[in-house]
Amino acid sequence: MTREEIIKEENLVYKKTALFTDKALSYCPGCGHGTVHRLILETIEEMGIQASTIGVAPVGCAVLAYEFMDIDMMQAAHGRAPALATAVKRLNPDQYVFTYQGDGDLAAIGTAETIHACNRGENFTIIFINNGIYGMTGGQMAPTTLPNMKASTCPYGRDTAMMGNPLKMTELVAQLPGTYYVTRQSVHTAGAVRKCKKAIRKAFENQKLDKGVSFVEVVSNCNSGWKMTPVQSNKWMEENMFPYYPLGDIKVPQV
Amino acid sequence: MAKVQGAIVINIERCKGCEVCVGVCPESVIAMSKAVNGKGYHYAEPINENCTGCTNCAVVCPDGVITVYRVKI
Repeated sequence: MTREEIIKEENLVYKKTALFTDKALSYCPGCGHGTVHRLILETIEEMGIQASTIGVAPVGCAVLAYEFMDIDMMQAAHGRAPALATAVKRLNPDQYVFTYQGDGDLAAIGTAETIHACNRGENFTIIFINNGIYGMTGGQMAPTTLPNMKASTCPYGRDTAMMGNPLKMTELVAQLPGTYYVTRQSVHTAGAVRKCKKAIRKAFENQKLDKGVSFVEVVSNCNSGWKMTPVQSNKWMEENMFPYYPLGDIKVPQV
Repeated sequence: MAKVQGAIVINIERCKGCEVCVGVCPESVIAMSKAVNGKGYHYAEPINENCTGCTNCAVVCPDGVITVYRVKI
Protein backbone atom coordinates (compact mmCIF):
# COMPACT_ATOMS: atom_id res chain seq x y z
CA MET A 1 0.00 0.00 0.00
CA THR A 2 1.35 3.42 -0.77
CA ARG A 3 1.54 6.27 1.68
CA GLU A 4 -1.23 8.13 -0.09
CA GLU A 5 -3.57 5.15 0.21
CA ILE A 6 -2.98 4.94 3.97
CA ILE A 7 -3.40 8.64 4.67
CA LYS A 8 -7.18 8.78 4.59
CA GLU A 9 -9.68 10.01 7.13
CA GLU A 10 -11.05 6.51 7.85
CA ASN A 11 -7.56 5.22 8.78
CA LEU A 12 -6.85 7.98 11.28
CA VAL A 13 -5.68 6.63 14.64
CA TYR A 14 -4.12 9.63 16.35
CA LYS A 15 -4.46 13.33 15.88
CA LYS A 16 -3.80 16.36 18.06
CA THR A 17 -6.97 17.10 19.98
CA ALA A 18 -9.22 19.85 18.66
CA LEU A 19 -9.33 21.39 22.15
CA PHE A 20 -5.99 23.06 21.47
CA THR A 21 -6.24 26.55 20.07
CA ASP A 22 -4.38 27.36 16.85
CA LYS A 23 -1.58 29.12 18.72
CA ALA A 24 1.85 27.46 18.64
CA LEU A 25 2.94 26.36 22.13
CA SER A 26 5.43 28.80 23.64
CA TYR A 27 7.47 26.09 25.36
CA CYS A 28 11.05 25.12 24.52
CA PRO A 29 11.57 22.15 22.19
CA GLY A 30 11.07 18.87 24.04
CA CYS A 31 9.45 20.40 27.14
CA GLY A 32 7.02 18.14 28.97
CA HIS A 33 4.53 20.98 29.43
CA GLY A 34 3.19 20.54 25.91
CA THR A 35 2.62 16.83 26.45
CA VAL A 36 0.81 17.36 29.75
CA HIS A 37 -1.37 20.09 28.18
CA ARG A 38 -2.34 17.59 25.51
CA LEU A 39 -3.11 14.84 28.03
CA ILE A 40 -5.37 17.16 30.00
CA LEU A 41 -7.20 18.28 26.87
CA GLU A 42 -7.54 14.71 25.60
CA THR A 43 -9.02 13.70 28.95
CA ILE A 44 -11.48 16.59 28.81
CA GLU A 45 -12.41 15.70 25.24
CA GLU A 46 -12.92 12.03 26.05
CA MET A 47 -15.05 12.83 29.08
CA GLY A 48 -17.03 15.37 27.03
CA ILE A 49 -16.64 18.09 29.64
CA GLN A 50 -15.24 20.93 27.56
CA ALA A 51 -18.10 23.22 28.50
CA SER A 52 -18.01 22.33 32.19
CA THR A 53 -14.31 22.53 32.99
CA ILE A 54 -12.53 25.48 34.55
CA GLY A 55 -8.76 25.47 34.65
CA VAL A 56 -6.54 27.67 36.76
CA ALA A 57 -3.26 28.72 35.15
CA PRO A 58 -0.22 29.37 37.33
CA VAL A 59 2.67 31.78 37.14
CA GLY A 60 5.68 30.21 35.48
CA CYS A 61 6.31 28.76 32.06
CA ALA A 62 2.68 27.64 31.88
CA VAL A 63 1.38 31.14 32.62
CA LEU A 64 -0.03 31.29 29.10
CA ALA A 65 -1.81 27.93 29.36
CA TYR A 66 -5.14 29.70 28.77
CA GLU A 67 -3.87 30.80 25.36
CA PHE A 68 -3.47 27.18 24.26
CA MET A 69 -6.40 25.42 25.93
CA ASP A 70 -9.80 26.02 24.41
CA ILE A 71 -11.62 25.78 27.73
CA ASP A 72 -12.60 28.24 30.44
CA MET A 73 -9.54 29.29 32.38
CA MET A 74 -8.51 31.71 35.07
CA GLN A 75 -5.13 33.11 35.93
CA ALA A 76 -4.07 33.05 39.57
CA ALA A 77 -1.45 35.14 41.33
CA HIS A 78 1.85 33.36 41.89
CA GLY A 79 1.25 30.23 43.94
CA ARG A 80 -2.40 31.05 44.66
CA ALA A 81 -3.95 28.67 42.15
CA PRO A 82 -5.29 26.25 44.81
CA ALA A 83 -6.90 29.17 46.68
CA LEU A 84 -8.55 30.42 43.49
CA ALA A 85 -9.58 26.90 42.53
CA THR A 86 -11.16 26.49 45.96
CA ALA A 87 -13.36 29.50 45.30
CA VAL A 88 -14.18 28.39 41.76
CA LYS A 89 -15.13 24.90 42.88
CA ARG A 90 -17.17 26.04 45.88
CA LEU A 91 -19.13 28.47 43.73
CA ASN A 92 -19.52 26.00 40.85
CA PRO A 93 -19.69 22.57 42.48
CA ASP A 94 -20.96 20.96 39.27
CA GLN A 95 -17.95 22.09 37.23
CA TYR A 96 -14.69 20.20 36.85
CA VAL A 97 -11.88 22.35 38.23
CA PHE A 98 -8.16 21.80 37.92
CA THR A 99 -5.01 23.76 38.64
CA TYR A 100 -1.89 23.44 36.56
CA GLN A 101 1.24 24.42 38.47
CA GLY A 102 4.98 24.16 38.29
CA ASP A 103 7.34 23.49 41.16
CA GLY A 104 8.27 27.13 41.72
CA ASP A 105 4.58 27.98 41.93
CA LEU A 106 3.22 25.03 43.91
CA ALA A 107 6.19 24.05 46.08
CA ALA A 108 7.76 27.44 46.81
CA ILE A 109 5.56 30.51 46.93
CA GLY A 110 2.35 28.49 46.99
CA THR A 111 3.26 25.96 49.69
CA ALA A 112 0.73 27.35 52.17
CA GLU A 113 -2.13 27.46 49.66
CA THR A 114 -1.33 23.97 48.41
CA ILE A 115 -1.07 22.36 51.82
CA HIS A 116 -4.18 24.02 53.17
CA ALA A 117 -6.26 23.27 50.09
CA CYS A 118 -5.14 19.63 50.33
CA ASN A 119 -5.77 19.57 54.06
CA ARG A 120 -9.27 21.01 53.68
CA GLY A 121 -10.01 18.30 51.15
CA GLU A 122 -11.22 20.60 48.41
CA ASN A 123 -12.71 18.68 45.55
CA PHE A 124 -10.50 19.58 42.58
CA THR A 125 -7.52 18.26 40.67
CA ILE A 126 -3.99 19.58 40.98
CA ILE A 127 -1.56 18.89 38.15
CA PHE A 128 1.95 19.57 39.43
CA ILE A 129 4.84 19.75 36.95
CA ASN A 130 8.12 19.11 38.74
CA ASN A 131 11.28 19.84 36.78
CA GLY A 132 13.50 20.78 39.72
CA ILE A 133 14.21 24.30 38.55
CA TYR A 134 12.64 27.70 37.90
CA GLY A 135 12.37 27.43 34.14
CA MET A 136 10.82 30.70 33.05
CA THR A 137 12.96 33.08 35.08
CA GLY A 138 16.27 31.58 33.96
CA GLY A 139 17.02 28.30 35.71
CA GLN A 140 17.30 29.35 39.36
CA MET A 141 17.31 26.83 42.19
CA ALA A 142 13.85 25.65 43.20
CA PRO A 143 12.76 23.84 46.38
CA THR A 144 12.73 20.66 44.31
CA THR A 145 16.28 21.05 42.91
CA LEU A 146 18.23 17.86 43.59
CA PRO A 147 21.32 17.76 45.87
CA ASN A 148 24.43 18.74 43.86
CA MET A 149 22.30 19.72 40.87
CA LYS A 150 23.54 22.89 39.21
CA ALA A 151 21.29 25.88 38.72
CA SER A 152 22.01 29.50 37.96
CA THR A 153 21.77 30.48 41.65
CA CYS A 154 23.80 27.45 42.81
CA PRO A 155 26.43 27.13 40.06
CA TYR A 156 28.49 24.64 42.08
CA GLY A 157 25.48 22.42 42.73
CA ARG A 158 22.91 22.49 45.52
CA ASP A 159 24.75 22.25 48.82
CA THR A 160 22.26 20.61 51.17
CA ALA A 161 24.18 21.76 54.25
CA MET A 162 23.49 25.37 53.33
CA MET A 163 20.41 25.23 51.10
CA GLY A 164 18.46 22.39 52.62
CA ASN A 165 17.08 19.29 51.03
CA PRO A 166 14.71 18.98 48.07
CA LEU A 167 11.06 19.13 49.02
CA LYS A 168 9.04 16.04 48.20
CA MET A 169 5.75 17.85 47.90
CA THR A 170 3.79 14.86 46.68
CA GLU A 171 4.77 12.64 49.60
CA LEU A 172 3.98 15.57 51.89
CA VAL A 173 0.42 16.09 50.67
CA ALA A 174 -0.19 12.33 50.64
CA GLN A 175 0.02 12.46 54.46
CA LEU A 176 -2.93 14.83 54.65
CA PRO A 177 -6.42 13.42 55.18
CA GLY A 178 -7.90 15.76 52.55
CA THR A 179 -6.15 14.15 49.59
CA TYR A 180 -7.98 11.30 47.87
CA TYR A 181 -5.64 10.26 45.08
CA VAL A 182 -1.93 11.16 44.94
CA THR A 183 0.34 9.91 42.20
CA ARG A 184 3.63 10.70 40.48
CA GLN A 185 4.03 10.22 36.74
CA SER A 186 6.30 11.31 33.92
CA VAL A 187 5.93 11.98 30.20
CA HIS A 188 9.34 11.15 28.71
CA THR A 189 8.45 7.89 26.93
CA ALA A 190 5.36 6.64 25.14
CA GLY A 191 4.56 4.18 27.95
CA ALA A 192 4.94 6.85 30.61
CA VAL A 193 2.68 9.21 28.68
CA ARG A 194 -0.06 6.57 28.44
CA LYS A 195 0.20 5.86 32.18
CA CYS A 196 0.14 9.55 32.96
CA LYS A 197 -3.00 9.97 30.90
CA LYS A 198 -4.74 7.25 32.88
CA ALA A 199 -3.74 9.00 36.10
CA ILE A 200 -5.05 12.35 34.86
CA ARG A 201 -8.29 10.72 33.76
CA LYS A 202 -8.70 9.14 37.19
CA ALA A 203 -7.93 12.46 38.86
CA PHE A 204 -10.67 14.16 36.87
CA GLU A 205 -13.19 11.37 37.43
CA ASN A 206 -12.58 11.52 41.18
CA GLN A 207 -14.22 14.95 41.19
CA LYS A 208 -17.58 13.23 40.69
CA LEU A 209 -17.11 11.47 44.03
CA ASP A 210 -16.50 14.61 46.10
CA LYS A 211 -13.85 12.96 48.26
CA GLY A 212 -10.99 15.45 48.18
CA VAL A 213 -8.02 16.61 46.22
CA SER A 214 -6.62 14.47 43.41
CA PHE A 215 -2.96 15.34 43.05
CA VAL A 216 -0.93 14.32 39.99
CA GLU A 217 2.75 15.17 39.98
CA VAL A 218 4.47 14.91 36.61
CA VAL A 219 8.26 14.72 36.80
CA SER A 220 9.33 16.62 33.73
CA ASN A 221 12.44 17.92 32.07
CA CYS A 222 13.68 21.47 31.64
CA ASN A 223 16.28 21.13 28.94
CA SER A 224 16.91 24.88 28.73
CA GLY A 225 17.36 25.24 32.47
CA TRP A 226 19.41 22.07 32.76
CA LYS A 227 21.51 23.12 29.71
CA MET A 228 21.01 19.86 27.82
CA THR A 229 19.36 18.67 24.64
CA PRO A 230 15.82 17.32 25.09
CA VAL A 231 16.97 13.72 24.62
CA GLN A 232 19.88 14.14 27.05
CA SER A 233 17.62 15.80 29.58
CA ASN A 234 15.16 12.89 29.45
CA LYS A 235 18.03 10.50 30.08
CA TRP A 236 19.38 12.68 32.89
CA MET A 237 15.90 12.77 34.40
CA GLU A 238 15.69 8.97 34.37
CA GLU A 239 19.10 8.63 36.01
CA ASN A 240 18.88 11.41 38.58
CA MET A 241 15.31 12.58 39.15
CA PHE A 242 13.57 9.20 39.35
CA PRO A 243 15.72 7.79 42.19
CA TYR A 244 14.74 10.81 44.29
CA TYR A 245 11.21 11.19 42.93
CA PRO A 246 10.12 7.58 42.27
CA LEU A 247 7.19 7.17 39.89
CA GLY A 248 3.97 5.49 40.86
CA ASP A 249 0.84 5.89 42.94
CA ILE A 250 1.50 7.21 46.43
CA LYS A 251 -2.03 7.27 47.76
CA VAL A 252 -4.82 5.38 46.09
CA PRO A 253 -8.45 5.41 47.19
CA GLN A 254 -9.40 2.56 49.50
CA VAL A 255 -12.31 0.72 47.96
CA MET B 1 -1.24 -12.57 12.27
CA ALA B 2 -2.86 -9.55 10.84
CA LYS B 3 -0.31 -7.21 9.40
CA VAL B 4 -0.65 -3.51 9.77
CA GLN B 5 0.80 -0.65 7.88
CA GLY B 6 0.93 2.89 9.10
CA ALA B 7 1.87 6.33 7.97
CA ILE B 8 2.62 9.55 9.80
CA VAL B 9 2.05 13.10 8.74
CA ILE B 10 4.18 15.75 10.43
CA ASN B 11 3.19 19.37 10.64
CA ILE B 12 6.70 20.60 9.85
CA GLU B 13 6.06 24.24 10.59
CA ARG B 14 5.06 23.42 14.18
CA CYS B 15 7.87 20.90 14.76
CA LYS B 16 10.57 22.21 17.09
CA GLY B 17 13.10 19.53 16.29
CA CYS B 18 13.40 18.14 19.85
CA GLU B 19 14.12 14.62 18.50
CA VAL B 20 12.12 12.92 21.27
CA CYS B 21 10.06 11.06 18.65
CA VAL B 22 13.18 9.60 16.99
CA GLY B 23 14.13 7.48 20.00
CA VAL B 24 10.67 6.12 20.77
CA CYS B 25 9.99 4.78 17.26
CA PRO B 26 10.41 0.97 17.34
CA GLU B 27 10.83 0.81 13.56
CA SER B 28 13.30 3.73 13.18
CA VAL B 29 11.00 5.49 10.79
CA ILE B 30 11.72 9.05 11.88
CA ALA B 31 14.86 11.10 11.30
CA MET B 32 15.63 14.78 11.44
CA SER B 33 15.66 16.67 8.16
CA LYS B 34 18.65 18.47 6.69
CA ALA B 35 16.39 21.34 5.73
CA VAL B 36 14.97 23.74 8.30
CA ASN B 37 11.43 25.03 8.75
CA GLY B 38 10.32 28.65 9.03
CA LYS B 39 11.56 28.89 12.61
CA GLY B 40 14.95 27.41 11.80
CA TYR B 41 14.45 23.98 13.34
CA HIS B 42 15.50 20.73 11.68
CA TYR B 43 12.11 19.06 11.62
CA ALA B 44 11.27 15.37 11.99
CA GLU B 45 10.37 13.46 8.84
CA PRO B 46 9.57 9.84 7.95
CA ILE B 47 12.46 8.20 6.07
CA ASN B 48 11.08 4.74 5.27
CA GLU B 49 7.86 2.75 4.90
CA ASN B 50 8.22 0.57 8.00
CA CYS B 51 5.68 2.49 10.08
CA THR B 52 3.21 0.27 11.93
CA GLY B 53 1.03 3.10 13.20
CA CYS B 54 1.86 2.39 16.85
CA THR B 55 1.37 6.11 17.73
CA ASN B 56 4.43 6.18 20.04
CA CYS B 57 5.86 9.21 18.25
CA ALA B 58 2.58 11.06 18.36
CA VAL B 59 1.95 10.52 22.08
CA VAL B 60 5.38 11.75 23.15
CA CYS B 61 5.48 14.74 20.81
CA PRO B 62 5.27 17.77 23.13
CA ASP B 63 3.81 19.92 20.38
CA GLY B 64 1.39 17.32 19.01
CA VAL B 65 2.56 17.78 15.43
CA ILE B 66 2.27 14.13 14.40
CA THR B 67 -0.89 12.60 12.96
CA VAL B 68 -0.95 8.82 12.61
CA TYR B 69 -2.88 6.65 10.15
CA ARG B 70 -3.07 2.85 10.19
CA VAL B 71 -4.60 0.13 8.01
CA LYS B 72 -4.84 -3.65 8.33
CA ILE B 73 -3.57 -5.49 5.27
